[in-house]
Amino acid sequence: MTAAAEGSPTFGTTRARRNALLQSEPVQGFALISPTFLYALVLLVLPILVVVAHSFWTQNYLTIDRTFTLENYRVALTEPIYRDLLWRSLYISLMVSFFTVVLAYPIAYFISFHGGRHKSLWLFLITIPFWTSYLLRVMSWKVILGYNGVLNSGLMGLGVIDEPSTALLYNSSAVIITLTHAWAAFAILPIFVSLEKIDRTLVEAAKDLGDGPIRSFLRVTLPLSTPGIISAALIVMIPTVGDYVTPKLVGGKDGVMIANAIQAQFGKASNWPLGAALSVTTMLIVTLMAGATVLIIRAAQRLAR
Amino acid sequence: MPKPPQAERSHQTERPMIEIRNVTRNYGSFKALDDASLTIKEGEFFSLLGPSGCGKTTLLRMIAGFDNPTSGLISVDGQSMEGIPANRRPTNMVFQSYAIFPHLNVEQNVAYGLKRLRLERSEEKRRVEEALAQVSLTGLGKRLATELSGGQRQRVALARALVMRPKVLLLDEPLSALDKKLREQMQVELRRLQQAVGITFVLVTHDQYEALAMSDRIAVMFGGRIAQVASPKEIYQRPVNRQVADFLGGMNFVKAEIVEENGASLVLDTLGFGRVKTDKPRAFVRNGGAATLGIRPERLRVLWDNATAKFEVAGKVVERHYFGEITHLIVEIPGLEKPLSVTETNDFGADDIPVGTSIRLAYDPEALVAMAD
Repeated sequence: MTAAAEGSPTFGTTRARRNALLQSEPVQGFALISPTFLYALVLLVLPILVVVAHSFWTQNYLTIDRTFTLENYRVALTEPIYRDLLWRSLYISLMVSFFTVVLAYPIAYFISFHGGRHKSLWLFLITIPFWTSYLLRVMSWKVILGYNGVLNSGLMGLGVIDEPSTALLYNSSAVIITLTHAWAAFAILPIFVSLEKIDRTLVEAAKDLGDGPIRSFLRVTLPLSTPGIISAALIVMIPTVGDYVTPKLVGGKDGVMIANAIQAQFGKASNWPLGAALSVTTMLIVTLMAGATVLIIRAAQRLAR
Repeated sequence: MPKPPQAERSHQTERPMIEIRNVTRNYGSFKALDDASLTIKEGEFFSLLGPSGCGKTTLLRMIAGFDNPTSGLISVDGQSMEGIPANRRPTNMVFQSYAIFPHLNVEQNVAYGLKRLRLERSEEKRRVEEALAQVSLTGLGKRLATELSGGQRQRVALARALVMRPKVLLLDEPLSALDKKLREQMQVELRRLQQAVGITFVLVTHDQYEALAMSDRIAVMFGGRIAQVASPKEIYQRPVNRQVADFLGGMNFVKAEIVEENGASLVLDTLGFGRVKTDKPRAFVRNGGAATLGIRPERLRVLWDNATAKFEVAGKVVERHYFGEITHLIVEIPGLEKPLSVTETNDFGADDIPVGTSIRLAYDPEALVAMAD
C-alpha cells in the first residue's frame, strides 16, 4: 500500500529525469558519435589491447604461455637486427616527411596564392593519381627506377652513364622516392588549408612596412602556415614508419623496414608475442618522434621571429 | 572671414605632398577610377569621401602601391611612384581590418617595419615605446593581438604605421569597425594625433560626419570621378551638385528657372522662395534654363507667434519626427511639388507642434545654394 502510494509520484519524476537526461547536450553528443565510437572501440582499441597483451606473453611452439614476461621487449630493444630496422624505419619516414613537405609546400602555395578561380580544379588534378591502386603506383616506380627502366635508358640515351645503374632500385633511397611521391597529396592539402586561412592583407601589411616578397614570406606567410606544415609532417611520418608494401616491392634487402619484420613475426616466424612487442615499441617511438617534431618546428618558428 | 588659430595648422604648408595626375584604373570594362586629378598638401588631413564603389579605396591603394594606374601619374613628395613597389614607398597604411600580425605581440607588431632599418636595440625600443605612447597603449606591449579589443587593435595598427615616420599615412576606413561612441572618440583622437605629428593623413571613408569632423579638405567621389574638392565647410554649404549635397546630410531641393547669369552670381526664379540671387558655384555648367535651388533643413527656422522675418515662407506641418534633441518637421508649401523638411531644436517646443498646424518658416538667403540641374 505505502509502496504504491510512494511509487506513483516517483514514477513521474524518474520519467522527467530521464527526459532531461536525454535532452542534455553531453548525452545527445555521445548518442551522435556512438556508432563511430563503437566502431573505433571494436576495431581499433580492442585489437591494440590484444597486441599489448600478447607482447607480455610467450610463444610456446603452437600454444601461447600467458605468464607475464618482459623477454620480448628485451629482444626487441637489444637484438641488433631489430634496432637497425627500427632506426632505418625512423630515418626513412623522417626523410620522406621532410621531402614531402618541402615539395608539397610550393604546390600548395601556388594553388592558394595564384590558383585564382581554378583552385578546386587544381586540387582535383592532384587527386588523379589516387584513382589508381597504390600497388600500381609503386610498380610504376619500379618501371622508372629499374635496371632497364625509364631513368636508366634515359640517362644512357643522353650519354650520362655507359651502363645501367643498379643504385636506383632496391635500396632505401628507392623507398624514400616512392613514398615521397605517394604521400604528396596528403601533405599538399593541410598546407593548402593553412595557407588559405592567412588573411591576405597581412601580406600586404608586411609589404607596406618595407618587406620585399621573400622577407614577407619568411616573416608572415611561413610562420602562419606552421600548423599546416606540422600536420603535413605528422600525416606523412606516422604511417610511413609502419609501411611494409613499399619496402617489400622497391626496397630490396637494404630497404627492409621494421614493419616487414613485424609481418614476418606474425606470419612465417609465427612468434606473435615478439611481433606484438616490436609493434608496441614502434608505436611508442613514433609517438615520441611525432611529439619531438611538433616541438622542433614550433621552436624554429619562435626563433625565426 | 577670420583666420583660424595658428596652432590649428602649424604643420600645413602649401607644398604639394601627393599629386594625382589624370589617373584612370580599369578592371576589364569597369572604370574604377576615371581621369582623377588631385593635389594633397604637406601636413594636410585629407579625406576621400564617397559611397562604396566610388573608387576611393582604389585611389588609396594606388598611392600605397598595392595597385597601379591603367594610365596617369601619381607622385609623392615630388617623386614619381611609377614602378616603385609598396615596400619602397614613403607611405604607410592603416588597414580597414587592421591586419595585426596574429603570431606577434603588440611590441613585435609595432617594431615589424623597424627591423629592416637595423637600428640599435635601445633606439628601436625607444621608438616603439614612443609610438605606443602616442596611441595611449603604454604598458600593453607584451599582449598578443588576439587579446586586444577592436579599439586597441586599431591603435596598434596606427602605432605600427606611425613608428615608420612616413611622409604620408594612409587610412582605409579605420573607424568603420568600431561602435558609435568609440568611433566619435577616435575621430577626435586621430585629428589630435595628426596635429601633433604633422604627417600628411589621407583618410578613406563613406561616413560624411567623419570626413567633416576630421579633415582639412575633402574630395567627394562618385562613380570613379572626383565631384568636388574643398574644405568641409564649403563642401557642406556650397555643394557643386545635387549628388554631393544629398550625400552630405539632408538637403531640400527646389526647382528653379535661370533668369540671369553673370560671372559670379545667378538670379533664379522659384515658386516657394520667389526671385533669388545667389553665388554662382565654381563648377556651374548651365544645362538649359533649369537649375536647382537647395537649402539645408536646419537653415529653415520656425517663426513663433507674431514674429516676422525679412525672408519667410508659409506652409502646413504634415509630419513630425522626434529625435531627442531635435525634431524633424515635414512642411507642405503651396506651389512646391515636394514638401520641405525642417530640422528644429527642441528648445522652444518644436516637438509640440501638432501635425496640421499652419506655420511660417524664416530663412537666410545666404543659405540658398544654386546647383546645376
